[in-house]
Amino acid sequence: MVYARLIIMRLLKAVVVLFLIVIFNFFLIQMAPGDPAAILAGEAGATDQEFLNQLRERFGLDQPLYVQLWRYVSGIAMLDFGYSYRLGVPVFDLIMARLPATLLLTGTAFVLSLVLGIVAGSMAAARVKKPSGSIIMALALLFYATPLFWVALMSVVVFSVYLGWLPAYGLYTVGAGHTGFALALDVAKHLVLPATTLALFFMAIYTRMTRTSMLDAAQQDYVKTARAKGLKPSIIQRRHVLRNALLPIITLAGLQAGQMVGGAILTETVFAWPGIGRLMFEALQQRDYNLLLGIFFFSAALVIVFNIITDLVYSLADPRIKKGAS
Amino acid sequence: MSVTTGSVTTGSATTGSATEKQSAETVLSIRDLNIALPKGADRALAVEDVSYEVKRGEIMCVVGESGSGKSMAANAVMGLLPKGVHATQGEILFAGQNLLALTEKQHRALRGLKIGMIFQEPMTALNPLMRVGAQIAEVFEAHGQLTPKERQARALELLIEVGIPQPEKAIRAYPFELSGGQRQRVIIAMALALEPILLIADEPTTALDVTTQAQILELIRDLQQRRGMSVMFITHDFGVVAEIANRVCVMRYGKIVELGDAKSVLENPQDAYTQALIAAIPSNAVPPHRETSQVAPLLEIKGLNKVFRSRGGLFKPAREVRALEDVSLTLARGETVGIVGESGSGKSTLGRCVVRLEHPDSGELLLDGVNLSQLRGDALRRERHRVQMIFQDPYASLNPRTKVGMAIAQGPIANGTPKAAALKQAGELLDIVGLGASAVERFPHEFSGGQRQRIGIARALALNPELIVADEAVSALDVSIQAQVLELLEELKQRLSLSLLFITHDLRVAAQICDRIVVMQHGRIVEQGSAEQIFLAPREAYTQALLNAIPGREAPVAATA
Repeated sequence: MVYARLIIMRLLKAVVVLFLIVIFNFFLIQMAPGDPAAILAGEAGATDQEFLNQLRERFGLDQPLYVQLWRYVSGIAMLDFGYSYRLGVPVFDLIMARLPATLLLTGTAFVLSLVLGIVAGSMAAARVKKPSGSIIMALALLFYATPLFWVALMSVVVFSVYLGWLPAYGLYTVGAGHTGFALALDVAKHLVLPATTLALFFMAIYTRMTRTSMLDAAQQDYVKTARAKGLKPSIIQRRHVLRNALLPIITLAGLQAGQMVGGAILTETVFAWPGIGRLMFEALQQRDYNLLLGIFFFSAALVIVFNIITDLVYSLADPRIKKGAS
Repeated sequence: MSVTTGSVTTGSATTGSATEKQSAETVLSIRDLNIALPKGADRALAVEDVSYEVKRGEIMCVVGESGSGKSMAANAVMGLLPKGVHATQGEILFAGQNLLALTEKQHRALRGLKIGMIFQEPMTALNPLMRVGAQIAEVFEAHGQLTPKERQARALELLIEVGIPQPEKAIRAYPFELSGGQRQRVIIAMALALEPILLIADEPTTALDVTTQAQILELIRDLQQRRGMSVMFITHDFGVVAEIANRVCVMRYGKIVELGDAKSVLENPQDAYTQALIAAIPSNAVPPHRETSQVAPLLEIKGLNKVFRSRGGLFKPAREVRALEDVSLTLARGETVGIVGESGSGKSTLGRCVVRLEHPDSGELLLDGVNLSQLRGDALRRERHRVQMIFQDPYASLNPRTKVGMAIAQGPIANGTPKAAALKQAGELLDIVGLGASAVERFPHEFSGGQRQRIGIARALALNPELIVADEAVSALDVSIQAQVLELLEELKQRLSLSLLFITHDLRVAAQICDRIVVMQHGRIVEQGSAEQIFLAPREAYTQALLNAIPGREAPVAATA
């Protein structure tokens, strides 16, 4: 009941925020130099004013700004994001076609980094001042500091080119005609390198944060209480230290989850992954403004959704917040 | 004459040894214990050559100020010494084995089962994410006892036994839903779950309000008697000792300075340090009659109201806490008025309103006829220096990266004094508060708690105030240091003709320094009067309850006056 109300209120606020984002994005694009019609016409080799006007008329670019804005906003309200100038396909369809691939990649990376990061962080916390703990932290620092594209390129060189274990690019093997389980396995193989590459950075952050947070929690009075009960160290670590230490991790995980749509541009480009990131990159190069706006909108919406989810998870994890919200 | 005396002596000696034989079982004996601190600590040994015993069914109080090493032996008994700290000599005998020779696993088997422990900070000693019942059930789980269902049933029984209100509800509650006193009861329930032979209580009431403290002390004594348990009770407060101890061990700098029967130590302390500690607590001392000069009031508070609202907004109902309700009082020039109350009484809010850290909702704050509560901007800035504050926590109220001299000079500099002059004045002030002008160049961490509070006083004085608001200014300090700081305040007050609004939860402290006392509860003034009247003839039931809750009030204590 409390949750239902909370979610409804948050969604209402989200609508307002999204509306503002749409307006902001619209004007941002307006400020960019060069209108799409001119570019299209230029590429077609025709500098004919007639043709230009024709294009403008077709895209509605001849209308006053407020009319354009109204058309755009009212369109979005009905999930109509207009047509891609370049491809002549509805923006919504384009995004929907690319979304699964991106979510597969970023979602896998998210789970991977979260699980491995927390495990590695707990291990490092338990092995503080021991060589094994230091090695974990050194690796975490290395992954944290290494640029993503370099990791991506090097992993292609090592695992695809040199060792030949994994495919270097794409979502599946084109022309192999796999179906069912074979297809899933094929996709999984293609997923390994980009997902790992994308996961490394956040994994490093989770590792460092989990370790710090656990060492901090281990100093708390309730841990001494737990020890005074005669509990085993393993139970104390899991039930008292880790549970409390995970609270800040949730905040961070929420931030990462919000980047699931727009955060993989680099990885998708390097691995030729047919996702939103690459779509955005291409739209940017070709000044396909309608498409760009659509992607912006989706990214923003996802950030908001994950903010709400983060808050809900947080209130489930920490009883103090639930009661505070009720 | 001499014969009679002789026979009496032998008589009492035999009865003494007889009772000793009855309780001959010694539950715990610590022998020649040395505990070494890590290198670089302020001394090599936390505990040196310490030997004492806890007998079956007695409450043994280990008394000392901070840094005396009083908790260290207890931690060694539990096998919970901090990292880098370990016993280097001696033995701790418990149930026929030397605890110092146990492996961690063997020691763990004893913890919670044979030896229970309760802690100082009930607010942080429970896991905030676990329900109370689950945390109690854990004790049984740790020692492989009972089924999960039986554990919950026992947890409920224990909660009933320690007197938690609405135990069926409390068992499902999270710690944050309980008050400090209730949380301490939960911790006691956990410690007693497996009926340990020995209970170690490490300052279990220090963080609690007086009335709650009295209840918890009673509970511990009650449970101890009902179960015939032995208790090792660690405290800094001789009032508490007088309340519950059978025997006392006084420690200082890691050594035992006095050990004996509670009655004889309290009535006839042998060691000079013990005498000083006992003297520092005027447990039965009635404040002396003080003449209050009837001059025009310096501060007049009229009908002050302050409500704190948690912004409910769309998701939750707004919550209101009435921190101040129609509070009126006056403070004469040169007078010290004590605001006494328990946590949540609104006493600190009142102090913060007077220095305008908080803005009252309504009412008047007249300082020498100027209505402070109406002042804004520049006008407020001009008047502000006249009222200064000394804060509670001497550790948190000084910026660790600012040199002491600068910390004091910042106020005057902000008010237009040239930097050099302000720093020179800071040196003089440090001299006045007894730290010496050389302290200007040092950082706060180089000073002890008492010294830092002196810095806090110097900082408050830097702006030539007429009124000083001291918010629990000595509460965080050891009793002997408390006495010194109070003395300093008194002296400065005379010398600089200051007035003092002294906010405290501790009636004993108020008795020492205040001319008049105002008792607050739930944001209202319950009673106000001269200190003498409040102590000797309290009119309101709440004031009487507060006075009765002072530990050691009824106990025989060496004459201090």
